[in-house]
Amino acid sequence: MRIVVTVKYVPDATGDRHFADDLTVDRDDVDGLLSELDEYAVEQALQISENSDDDVEITVLTVGPEDAKDALRKALSMGADKAIHVEDDDLNGTDALGTSLVLAKAVEKAGYDLVISGMASTDGTMGVVPALLAERLGVPQVTLLSEVWVEDGTVTGRRDGDAASEQLEASLPAVMSVTDQSGEARYPSFKGIMAAKKKPVESWDLSDLDIEADQVGLEGAWTKVDSAAERPARTAGTIVKDEGEGGKQLAAFLAERKFV
Amino acid sequence: MSTLDILSDDEQFMVRTVQDFVDKEVKPVVQELEHSNSYPEALIEQMKRLGIYGLAVPEEYGGTPVSTPCYVLITEELARGWMSLAGAMGGHTVVAKLLLHFGTEEQKRRWLPRMATGEIRATMALTEPGGGSDLQAIRTVARKDTDGYVVNGVKTWITNSRRSQLIALLCKTDPAASPAHQGISILLVGHGPGLTVSRDLPKLGYKGVESCELSFDDFRAPAEALLGGVEGKGFAQMMKGLETGRLQVAARALGVGRAALEDALAYAQERESFGKPIWKHQSIGNYLADMATSLTAARQLTLYAAREAEAGRRVDMEAGMAKLFASETAMQIALNAVRVHGGYGYSTEFDVERYFRDAPLMIVGEGTNEIQRNVIASQLVKRGGLEA
Repeated sequence: MRIVVTVKYVPDATGDRHFADDLTVDRDDVDGLLSELDEYAVEQALQISENSDDDVEITVLTVGPEDAKDALRKALSMGADKAIHVEDDDLNGTDALGTSLVLAKAVEKAGYDLVISGMASTDGTMGVVPALLAERLGVPQVTLLSEVWVEDGTVTGRRDGDAASEQLEASLPAVMSVTDQSGEARYPSFKGIMAAKKKPVESWDLSDLDIEADQVGLEGAWTKVDSAAERPARTAGTIVKDEGEGGKQLAAFLAERKFV
Repeated sequence: MSTLDILSDDEQFMVRTVQDFVDKEVKPVVQELEHSNSYPEALIEQMKRLGIYGLAVPEEYGGTPVSTPCYVLITEELARGWMSLAGAMGGHTVVAKLLLHFGTEEQKRRWLPRMATGEIRATMALTEPGGGSDLQAIRTVARKDTDGYVVNGVKTWITNSRRSQLIALLCKTDPAASPAHQGISILLVGHGPGLTVSRDLPKLGYKGVESCELSFDDFRAPAEALLGGVEGKGFAQMMKGLETGRLQVAARALGVGRAALEDALAYAQERESFGKPIWKHQSIGNYLADMATSLTAARQLTLYAAREAEAGRRVDMEAGMAKLFASETAMQIALNAVRVHGGYGYSTEFDVERYFRDAPLMIVGEGTNEIQRNVIASQLVKRGGLEA
């Protein structure tokens, strides 16, 4: 079975993030890393491989700048078999729709039975790419799974919602995404780190994928960022003083914010 | 420049991985484990999977060997989370080094592959109730007979006693030898009849990991248990092993010092008095400046000794200096971190009181600092002073 895991190299969420003049993320002043939510996808791929009697080959795929190789390297250190890096200057500013096009072309070129994605990136947090990718590939999508099994050409999983849990099933080939409840991602072992540098990393550009420059990048984007502003500083919280009505006030507060 | 720049890309990645592990897995649970003196089973299992126990084992025996500076920085990271975790791998590494440098091929094949995974964990047994640092005066005797050795004696302060399947036991195979060190050997033994864990030592800090007394009473070890297969080499072998041990203890001190500095630095920015964060009061700012300066000096001294060891040079003096300076520095930083925290520094709800209890171990352990000074002084005389 061939599994392709899509991963994203994101700015460290604990770092001081800024936008560049063209309102894309300024990556110069902040460290990047493999999106934590994608680590869950890599973990599930590794578990599927470990629990399978058949040979499973795990390819990690990223679309991103030169430094995105760090994200691939971490995934390879965790245990993936090989990596594909799609890198092209014309990709700067690509939106979710454009990204799904590049991923779809790359996944098709690589060959796949199952694509696994994280539930969202930790920077854009849109969470739409897995669904877009499945549409482009014309295969079933089973998204936001918290538990996953792959058996006899079928992927089965549980999606937990606010009111109910759904059991989903799709025949392969398919696209699935997994949540941060799917199981803690492993740390790269020292052996894995040493082995990673011997694993193949392919580099593709847009011409390798028969994509024209105007289909992607800021020019080709379907969405446009008009403005960006810093989040306002946190304000003081509400203090509820219990004078007999504390419980009611607490409940009202929670209800108002839709926690209960 | 980052301290990690001296390492290869792969080794930097390893240190960062341990840093990540410490922040996410160790820091959130350490206070509870420490206060209840619980063995950190889950954390040790994760350390096995990371490859912590194979850091001194060559690839051909299944390990992932790293440079000495990398080993120091990984140890520092573990100790930054909890000094006891670094203690749970220190002796193991020294025994791996002993096997690597002095073991017969058969001994290496027997022990190293399972040590690399942590399936077998190793500890050293040197200290005796009658004396610690004066190793030539040990009284544990291994008498040779037709079937091997019969061991009698008592060892103390043995880390991980029950959880180690391999004990590198320093003993006298020829109690009458003169000079005494020529009668000393190392036996590689495991638990069995005649060996009892006779006591658990109560401790100020270094919780979660047991330190015990071992009693050998007509304990039998086969002839093949003799490290290297030749008697009388044990003292020199152990002196070499302890060079690694001292670097490891220096690294533990760096970790405790760094944790104390990090906590103090964060607290001094959060806590306000007289209308400003307390770090802006010069008395507090000066503490932070001195803590960071001495920690940086201790770290560079330790990394210097580590680089010398990596180059294959004798480093008893350098490792001794690192251990002496780093441990005294950690103690000072831990005390100052308590001061910066004020009353909260004395509270067991904060971590700084633990640093204050853990730091002294590195002063008295692995050869007291008084012994380190003796070693440094005698090496200075022997080598004609410091090299230019």
